[in-house]
Amino acid sequence: MKFGVIIFPGSNCDYDAYRAVKDVLKEDVEFLWHQGTSLNDCDCVILPGGFSYGDYLRTGAIARFSPVMKEVTKFARKGGLVLGICNGFQILLESGLLPGAMLRNQSLRFVCKHVYIRTEVTQTPYTNLCKRHQVLKIPVAHSDGNYFIADRELRELKANNQIVFRYCTASGKSEPGCNPNGALDNIAGICNEQRNVLGMMPHPERASEGILGSEDGKYLFRSVVRFIEKEKRI
Amino acid sequence: MAKAKSTKKKRPYQAVVYVKLKDGVLDPQGSTIKRALAEMGYKGIDEVRSGKVFEITLNSRNKEETKQLLDQICKKLLANPVIEKYNFEVR
Repeated sequence: MKFGVIIFPGSNCDYDAYRAVKDVLKEDVEFLWHQGTSLNDCDCVILPGGFSYGDYLRTGAIARFSPVMKEVTKFARKGGLVLGICNGFQILLESGLLPGAMLRNQSLRFVCKHVYIRTEVTQTPYTNLCKRHQVLKIPVAHSDGNYFIADRELRELKANNQIVFRYCTASGKSEPGCNPNGALDNIAGICNEQRNVLGMMPHPERASEGILGSEDGKYLFRSVVRFIEKEKRI
Repeated sequence: MAKAKSTKKKRPYQAVVYVKLKDGVLDPQGSTIKRALAEMGYKGIDEVRSGKVFEITLNSRNKEETKQLLDQICKKLLANPVIEKYNFEVR
C-alpha cells in the first residue's frame, strides 16, 4: 500500500509523518504538493500538522482552497482514507469533510505536551488494532484545538459513534481536568459517518518510536495498513 | 437596456466587513480581555466579544452587485458559518 503526505506552505510535520510511515512502518510513502492535481494512487492521504498559510484568517481556512484539496475531497467522497493531524484536522473542518470548527485554546496558550487519549471507537480504519477504551499516550502541539460543534450536531456525532478519541487521564478517565484546550466533551478526534476520514489534534507521528517517549502512535498507522491490505485481498 | 446595463463601467467601492463569533460560542480571547479590564480597575464591563474587521476595496457595477459579491466572499472565506456571523457596510 502507499501513503501520501501533503505539503502545504507552512506544513511542518510533513517529514515526521513521512518518517513514521517509511522508516518505522517500512511502508511506501510519497509527498504530494499542495498545487498538485493528482493523489498518485495513494491509498491513504495524510494532511500533516503545521501552520499552513501562517494560520492567517483561521487555521486551515486558506489551505482548504489549495488545488490538491479538490482531489482530496473527491477521494474522500469515494471512500478513500484521509487522515488529518492537528493542522490537517483544522483543514478538514474548514473544508467541510468533517463537521465542527476550532476555537482558540481556552488558556490562549500554545499547548505542547504529551496527553492521554481514550479510544472510543475501534471500528475505524485507523483504530482497528486498538482495544475499546485503550489509552494512548500521544503529544499535542497547538493553539487552536478547542473543538466546537452545535448541540444538535454533537448529538449526531455521538449517535453515530463518530467521536473516536477523547482526552483522558493515564488510567482512562475522561475528566475535564485532562482536557488541554477546552474542547467540547473532551473531543480529541472525530471521523465522518462513513469512517474513512479521521481528524485528530494529537500527533501520532510524534509518538511512533521509543526514543520519542511513546510508540502508541503506531497503532493508528498499523491499523491503516491492516485495513488497506485486507481491502486489497478482497 | 439590458445591454447598456452590462457594459456599465465598474467603479471602486469601499467595504468594511465585520466577522464575529455567533452568540453562545465561547470566546476565550474576549473573556480574557474582560478579565484584564476588571483587573485594571474598569468596573461595570459585562461582556467583551472579539472579532475581525476587513477593509476591502473592490470594483463592481453597482451597490447591489457589490453586496452580492461581499456576501459570497464572507460565506466562502472570511467567516466560518459554524462559529461565526458577519455583516458589512458599503460606501
